Amino acid sequence: MTSSTISRIRQSQIAQLITSGKRLDGRGLMDYRPIQIETGIIEKAEGSARVRLGKTEVMVGIKIEIGEPFSDRPDEGVLTTNAEFVPLASPEFEAGPPGEDSVELARVVDRGIRESKAIDLEKLCIIPGKKVFIVFIDIYVLNHDGNLIDASALAALAALTNTKIFKYEVKDGEVEIKSGFEKLPLVNFPVAVTLADIGGRLVVDPWLDEEEVMNARLTISFDKDGKICAMQKGGSGTLSPQQIIEAVKIAKEKSEELRRLVVKEG
Amino acid sequence: MTKEVRLVNKKGIRTDGRKPDELRPIKLEVGILSNADGSAYIEQGKNKILAAVYGPREVHPRHLALPDKALLRCRYHMAPFSVQERKSPAPSRREVELSKVIREALEPAIFLERFPRTSIDLFIEVLQADGGTRVAGITVASLALADAGLPMRDLVAACAAGKADGYIVLDLNDIEDKEGTADVPVAYMPSLNAVGLLQMDGQLTPEEFEQAFNLAIEGCKRIYELQKQALKAKYLAIKEAVEEAEEK
Repeated sequence: MTSSTISRIRQSQIAQLITSGKRLDGRGLMDYRPIQIETGIIEKAEGSARVRLGKTEVMVGIKIEIGEPFSDRPDEGVLTTNAEFVPLASPEFEAGPPGEDSVELARVVDRGIRESKAIDLEKLCIIPGKKVFIVFIDIYVLNHDGNLIDASALAALAALTNTKIFKYEVKDGEVEIKSGFEKLPLVNFPVAVTLADIGGRLVVDPWLDEEEVMNARLTISFDKDGKICAMQKGGSGTLSPQQIIEAVKIAKEKSEELRRLVVKEG
Repeated sequence: MTKEVRLVNKKGIRTDGRKPDELRPIKLEVGILSNADGSAYIEQGKNKILAAVYGPREVHPRHLALPDKALLRCRYHMAPFSVQERKSPAPSRREVELSKVIREALEPAIFLERFPRTSIDLFIEVLQADGGTRVAGITVASLALADAGLPMRDLVAACAAGKADGYIVLDLNDIEDKEGTADVPVAYMPSLNAVGLLQMDGQLTPEEFEQAFNLAIEGCKRIYELQKQALKAKYLAIKEAVEEAEEK
């Protein structure tokens, strides 16, 4: 939905520049903003990371608790993802129950992690049908300057790579927590790449002002083997089938670039 | 899960007897609820879904009104009895997301700028779910919008494709949706060659995705023809009734 937070003059300026292959902030159409990743910044969380994507800033904290499995997956751990648009992150954000944008953000990030089977959930089973580890991924948006999906997915992945689980022992059907930690069984590394269509041309990593102008966006998540594991079109415009096929090619290349920032050996 | 389900047999036939590129039987009806400004009903496989449109009408609460176009609001909702295990009637996070992406698929079809400061409220009620409710919901909602007499750029047809047992298959049913490898729902406006909804979950190589995506578009085109027939059928019935009355 086009909101009126930026002037029409600026909107048309952004759109016109893009038709001539340039962007208002000086980037090329296929360039990401500078990315900074820090991990292990919250000691009380089992895993954490902060990602800065230009001025967009997202923190992800991971908490691990013992709970019950879902009845249809008795021998698997549970993954839940939540996103909070903290009111300090933008004049547009308000305190209160999650809106549709934060629900969408959480679900798209979740889909990438879940469908790529990034976490080996079977290894998180403690007592089948009774006790499993629950992995809570909490996305905390600290400064909103566009492309929250890619920043959040990257922060979630970075946080998962440094997540530790406490050691335990099962005695007479009871779980006893021991000292020391193990690494979370992370076996895949999904990365999300978002492209926006502005005036019929595709750009990667739209910032906030570009999101105001775009027709539509398309997020594509790739796993470490170059398979697509999640997709989400957003925005109230449309894309042509040709644009979608082109977007897949661009996103595959970009996803490898982004993954190298988090996974050094990959 | 350890339980292996065979979704496509050795002859390439699916659990419900279809070929990989075959749609389920679809029944569409237009104008079936008297209170709504527009309404429609779809049965696709065991899916049974109602859509109703109210508006353009005054916006409540008023501050949500847009100065330059109508506000389209959409609620996708599943009845508690529509699935195997009772679903709580409170909107789930899934329903919140689907309401958003469905709205975004339909918005580009409507000339919203013709009705500034009004709202168009769209309600989709899934009475029975059998896989692919978001796309069937879009197909039926688009008919309800047309039935409400709203000026539209095109009808929106929607269909999913995906992968099951190594096959790229069209219009996934409930178990293919749950046990299959991937699901690609697509909403498409054939006359404009424009995609309004695209999602994917599962695992596909880029080549497989392209195949599934093209198959879904093909499915949309077939559904589009059924939509046009259903819309015409309503007016044909009215025409016949008028002619009959005139003869008397």
